[in-house]
Parts: sequence; C-alpha cells; structure tokens
Amino acid sequence: MKRRRALTLPPVHARFQAYGINHLRALVFSLGKLYRAPFSSALTLLVIAVALTLPTLFHVVLNNLQQVSPQWSQTAQISVFLQDSVADEQLPALATRLAQRPDVAVALPVTRAEALEEFRAHSGFAEALDTLGENPLPPLILVTPALEHGSTTTLEGLVNALNNMPEVSRALMDLQWVQRLFSIMEMLQRATLVLSLLLGLGVLLVVGNTIRLDVQNRREEIEVAKLVGATDAFIRRPFLYGGLWLGLGGAMLAVVIVTITILLLSGPVQALSQLYGGEWRLGGLGFQGTLALLGLGALLGLAGSWITVNQHLRHIEPR
Amino acid sequence: MILLRNVTKRYPNGHEALSRINLSLDRGAMAFLTGHSGAGKSTLLKLISLIERPSRGQIVVNGQNLESLSGRQVPYFRRQIGIIFQDHHLLHDRSVFDNVALPLVIQGYRQPEIARRVRAALDKVGLLHKENAEPVTLSTGEQQRVGIARAVVHKPAILLADEPTGNLDPHLSREIMQLFLRFNQVGTTVLVASHDLNLISSLGKPMVHLNEGRLQRREAEA
Repeated sequence: MKRRRALTLPPVHARFQAYGINHLRALVFSLGKLYRAPFSSALTLLVIAVALTLPTLFHVVLNNLQQVSPQWSQTAQISVFLQDSVADEQLPALATRLAQRPDVAVALPVTRAEALEEFRAHSGFAEALDTLGENPLPPLILVTPALEHGSTTTLEGLVNALNNMPEVSRALMDLQWVQRLFSIMEMLQRATLVLSLLLGLGVLLVVGNTIRLDVQNRREEIEVAKLVGATDAFIRRPFLYGGLWLGLGGAMLAVVIVTITILLLSGPVQALSQLYGGEWRLGGLGFQGTLALLGLGALLGLAGSWITVNQHLRHIEPR
Repeated sequence: MILLRNVTKRYPNGHEALSRINLSLDRGAMAFLTGHSGAGKSTLLKLISLIERPSRGQIVVNGQNLESLSGRQVPYFRRQIGIIFQDHHLLHDRSVFDNVALPLVIQGYRQPEIARRVRAALDKVGLLHKENAEPVTLSTGEQQRVGIARAVVHKPAILLADEPTGNLDPHLSREIMQLFLRFNQVGTTVLVASHDLNLISSLGKPMVHLNEGRLQRREAEA
C-alpha cells in the first residue's frame, strides 16, 4: 500500500521553503518574460517612464524655486513712509517698536536728510533736487520681514498692519513680484499635485492593461495550474512581479531622463542666476528623491497588477 | 475513498445533470463510469474534484467532507487528485518535461527532486526519451500519455479520468487503460469515465452506469 497524504497542510518549514522557491521562480520567470519580449517591454517601460518623468520634473523645479525664494524674500523690503509730522528724534524709538514684532526681522530708520543723501547719490536727480530747495522726502523706516518660507499671507498681513499705524502714511512693498511668484508657485504646486495624481493613475492603468493582456494570454495555463492544485497566491505571484518590474523599470528610466534634463538645464540656469547676481545651482533629484521615485514606481506597478490580477483571476476557473 | 450520498447537481438553467446519486468507491479500488455523452459522467468527476459543487447531497473524498472545504483549501485538496481529460490540456509553450513538472513546481519541490519524479513519471508512460520535445510534435496518444504522467507525477491518492481514450484508436486505448490498471495495482484509487464499453468490459473492473443523471450499477463480466 502506498503512503497516503491526508488534507493536512504541509509542515511549516516545508511551506516556508516552498514559499521561497516559488518566489524565486516567479521572480526569475517574470524577468525572463520582459527579456523575451524586448520591444513591447521597452515600449511599456517608456510609457511608464514618461508618465513618471513629467510630475517629477515639475517637482524638482518647484523644489529649486522654493530653495531660492527665501533669498528673494529677504530682499523683499517694505518701505514704511511716515507722516510728515513724525520728527527725526522719534524715529529710532519707532523703529525699535517695529523690530519687536515677530514678523519683522530688521527695522532700519532713515531720516529725511539720509533719504535725501541717498536719493541724491543714486537717482541722478541731484541737480533737480537742488532747485527744489526744500527736502520733499518724508522720514522712512526700512522693514525687512521675517518670513517663514515666504507665505504671501504674512507678508500682506504685515503690510496691512503697518499701514494701519497712525504714524505711517504709507507702507509699500518693494517687491510685489515676490508675492506674485509665491502665488504662481502655489498654483504650480497644485498643478503638480493634480498632474502627479493623473499620471500616477495613468501608470496604474498602463501596468493594469499590460498585466490584463498577459493574464488573458495565459488563461489556459492558469486553468491547468488551478486544476493541479495551484493556490491563487501562486498564480498571482508572477503577474505581481511582472507589474513590479514594469513600475520599477519605468521609474529607473524616469530617474535617467530627469537627471539628463537637469544636466541639460543646469548650464543655462547658472548663467541666468549669474545675470541676477545670484549664486545658485539647479538641484537634482537627490538620493532621497531617487529612492522615493523608485519606490513609488514599484508601488504603482505592484498596485496596478494586483488590482487587475485579482479582478481577472476570479473569472478563470477550470471547466 | 470516494463517497457520494444523495448527490444532485442542478444547473442554473434548470437542467438536472445528476439526480440523487449514491456511490462509494473503496480505497485502492478501481471502477469505470459509463453512459452516453450528457449522462452526467463529466459532472460527477467535476464534483469529486471540486471543479463544481453539488446542489444537494454530500461528497466525502479521502476522508474530507467537501462541503466543509473553503475556496482557500481547494488547491490543497486537488493536490491529492490526478485529473486526466479527453483533451489533454497540455501547455504548448513549454516542453514535455515542464508540462509534467507543473504540479511539483506548484507544490514547491526543489529542482533535483522535480527532475527525479518527472523522469519516473515519464518512464511509467514510456515517454522518457521525449522529455525535451514540444507537445505539438507528439502524436495524440503520446500527448494523452504526457497528460497522464502529469496527473500522477505527484503521486496522488486518487486518479480521475474523463474519456481518456476518446480520441484514440482501439490499440492505443487499450494501452492507456493498461496504464490505469497498473497505477491501480500500486494502490491508487482510480475512477475512469468512458463510453467505450467493448474495451472496459474486458478489463474486469466494476462499472457504474449513468443514465440521464441516474445511477445503474453493473457488475464486471470477467
């Protein structure tokens, strides 16, 4: 009499061993499949790479802008023109009061005479001023805002607060374009978010569709495998690895494309920054960014194939 | 080994494929299931291998009440059974060896063990020299034997065959049946569905006759 096996599950260590062997086989098998169909694999990878590259580039550009903008906001001085009634002697006390505000970094008093001197030196209207005889300039305090990552609301709030002070005739922000830049950046951030979501969905669909075709092509194999006792996990595994490789491969390609793009841009950007007297370089993805992109790609690939495989596997049963 | 109690299978379209079947097959026994096509032979085998579930009644296979097996347990249950079809269900994108190896791969055997068992199974069906061949290059009889090798490679306790000789000439059919007899001799419980009465009545095994979903038992004549 032959040894019989009852429906007890195999012992734990044997199951672990089988689990490991099965994983290794699925891994090798799914890689081999990519290798055996190089053209269609390359096309799919490229589509995924492009979908991942676009939001990543947006993200990198935004990151760079955000790194640069604190420098700009520091130059965003507010000129606080005071009422004519304010005497020069009152200026230092007023400046000190302003400097105590949490949203003010520096408050520099400029007396009428100093203002005239500066104007005379820089404006080229020295002779015109001389003909006036009397100093037409009001006393002034130059306020440098202390901004936390330059949000427009605090800047605006500060200007409003200054305008509401009785001694102030008018507070003017020199660099309103900074405000506009912040708005544009916020818009870009939103746009990047939406774009990322849409293109992430695109990656899910591309991977899902590829895996769906794969499942349909191997329908017969799945039926036979179920017939001889394959678990759903066993059947699912090569497809999941397939999706993982697609996502990861696409992300790797995207890293290469983004890096090349940044290298191409870095020359002109440096030239531009020198024109503005700045000294900043175009930052790349960085180590963390690269890891995040690779991880995201792999995750999207895995998720795409998981959803598809689970949806289709149920309908394939031996007949 | 196989026990059916009052088993009825009715399909959603109202067709009753099996009506109140009572059947018992002892451990290590062998029997033939006969009847016209459409008499319910395939349905019966599908119920035993859990490809389908009965509408009513109880089925016990190898000590397990099939009713109590969840979907998750079905794969492990099927590993105790070898199934052979008229259409052999071979995969054409891989060699004979890889086809036969599939049940072992699924169960996570190591490569040397797989090679050993696959060669043993191919040897039993006389196709050891064809292990590297593509299934399409084989004759129908050879393909059927590869299917049999795949069904027995993991040494199942039960062997089910649905019209395994349906496409074969009498000589090849007899060879195939001899194979089943040999598996039965080493202790495997075998149930073969076939309408080839001439052939199976000469083999000296009990026959169970199905007619329009009902059972009529006949004793072996030899």
